[in-house]
Amino acid sequence: MNDTVPMIEMRHVSKHFGNVIALNDVSLHVHAGEVMCLLGDNGAGKSTLIKTLSGVHKPTSGEMRVSGEPVRFKSPAYALDSGIATVFQDLAMIPLMSITRNFFMGREPTVGWGPLKRIDWKQADRIAMEEMARIGIDVRDPSQPVGTLSGGERQCVAIARAVYFGAKVLILDEPTSALGVKQASVVLRYIAKARNDGLAVIFITHNVHHAYPVADAFTLLKRGTSLGYFRKSEISREEVLNMMAGGAELESLDAELAEFQRTPAESPTASRAAVS
Amino acid sequence: MTATPAAKDATREDERIAAVATWKKIMRRPELGAIAGTVLVLAFFIVAASGTGMFTPAGIMNFLEVSAQLGILATAAALLMIGGEFDLSIGSMIGLAGIIIAIPTVQYGWPLWAALLLAFACAVLVGWCNGYLVNRTGLPSFIVTLAFLFILRGLAIGGCRLLTGRTQIGGIQNHIPHDWLATLFSGEVATGLFAWMASHGWIATNFAGNPMVTGIPVSIVWWLGLTALATWVLLFTPYGNWIFASGGDANAARNSGVPVHRVKISLFIFTALSATVFASLQVMDTGSADTIRGMLKELEAIIAVVIGGALLTGGYGSAVGAALGALIFGMVQMGIFYTGVNTDWFKVFLGVMLLIAVLFNNFVRKKMMEAR
Repeated sequence: MNDTVPMIEMRHVSKHFGNVIALNDVSLHVHAGEVMCLLGDNGAGKSTLIKTLSGVHKPTSGEMRVSGEPVRFKSPAYALDSGIATVFQDLAMIPLMSITRNFFMGREPTVGWGPLKRIDWKQADRIAMEEMARIGIDVRDPSQPVGTLSGGERQCVAIARAVYFGAKVLILDEPTSALGVKQASVVLRYIAKARNDGLAVIFITHNVHHAYPVADAFTLLKRGTSLGYFRKSEISREEVLNMMAGGAELESLDAELAEFQRTPAESPTASRAAVS
Repeated sequence: MTATPAAKDATREDERIAAVATWKKIMRRPELGAIAGTVLVLAFFIVAASGTGMFTPAGIMNFLEVSAQLGILATAAALLMIGGEFDLSIGSMIGLAGIIIAIPTVQYGWPLWAALLLAFACAVLVGWCNGYLVNRTGLPSFIVTLAFLFILRGLAIGGCRLLTGRTQIGGIQNHIPHDWLATLFSGEVATGLFAWMASHGWIATNFAGNPMVTGIPVSIVWWLGLTALATWVLLFTPYGNWIFASGGDANAARNSGVPVHRVKISLFIFTALSATVFASLQVMDTGSADTIRGMLKELEAIIAVVIGGALLTGGYGSAVGAALGALIFGMVQMGIFYTGVNTDWFKVFLGVMLLIAVLFNNFVRKKMMEAR
């Protein structure tokens, strides 16, 4: 399956902001029909990496390829045109605007020509409703402001929008981090579905428990550099967790936790507090 | 097509939404406050100014003309405010555009159309500068355009004094007989219709049998035309969606592929152009230009837009609302005169109305964002 050309590929990409090295020689690749989880702690360079992939930042050095072709994105619009859709953490949703207006923001369907060219609202509303229904959200009124939707619903609108606009590569920035367990599982199931439909998914998260079930491969980022690319078969959940947090740190945390667990039993004040 | 049944399912009655309260849908319209305000103000003056001639055809044309002039500015200011920015330089732009039209025609004998084109070209440049600086520096447009408020006023006064030795220029009408572009900014339309209505005795006539109101001033046509255009743009065009998006969250809009910078520059150009339309109408109407014209118009335009339901923070508002805001403004300004109340009180009324409008808008926004 991996003999084919990767859908998206980064080769030795670095990004500097002045004298800050945000990304240093990062390489990764994702094939169609694969979920690649990008794991990293805060400040690991995940956001910079996403923004580079989606055309917000231009890499300082290195090369990006889409379906084997080298690309340079001048703006997010170019990335979108090459089929790379990014669902940012802030979702690129505008609360005061209607679901339909948000759904088609920047790519409004039009009818008519010349000065009479106008948004095809009937079509737009219908598509928005359909796409929402497809992922299991029944929108009651496509003209209601996005601000009235719940967090999970907004996330799904954002993903549905990306998929609808023919994304070949779907970059999801912490799609489950703000969600409850049930809503997170809805989003994870949807990610799996997108993979089965042949999309290449880059799933950014720091939650290994969300990442492990849906991932086919992992890339770990730490302090701007890549710790490596692993197939799921090559690495266990615990190993991922260890590498992400830095094994030593986690071990010392374990030791500390063990310390905490012992203390209440021995300290009468703590046990009283626990009872009351 | 295959998913149409699903959509039907989705549209079908949902037991959780007994009735998507119609009032809530109405509450979502930005014009709501302005419509209520218009009705209120209208009712007030119908009672308070009854029998004074405010609501005769001539009286109506009177206050409509005041509203129209402000409305031309307010339409552009509304689009810009929805796009998330202010333009405080439009008042000064009026003064500058006025003398840019007057000096070449009076002093140098240019044909009027050439002077008008020069004024509009300057407006495009000023609007572009405002927009470019706001985009480039990331400074609030409040500061950038405040700077231009002074710069443009200073340019108008300094330039005019330098070239003519005065700060006022009169007698423009002597230089512009029957200019083809002048008809766009002066006179009245539908004069034939009014004459015809007068001949049938449907409207009041003077002793000579001519109608008291001979036509619709061209400024009102501009006002209605621009309002209709802006409404069309906002509600039905992709560009309109981009304006909402740019004002709602510029970053989110940019990430979705909306050319935010281009949208903002074009909106600043539009406000400067609207100021120039205002100046052209005024210069044609009075036959003179004055460097201090247009003072405080930028604030009046903002008042009209806010009364019309736009949010100061951007992303929400309407052109119809701005037109109604301007209508209220005109009615109050002229109405106070008719009621015989000292017109000194006009500004008190205006300030109070602005406060009420903003409070009401905040309330509406909160209601809108309430989850279902």
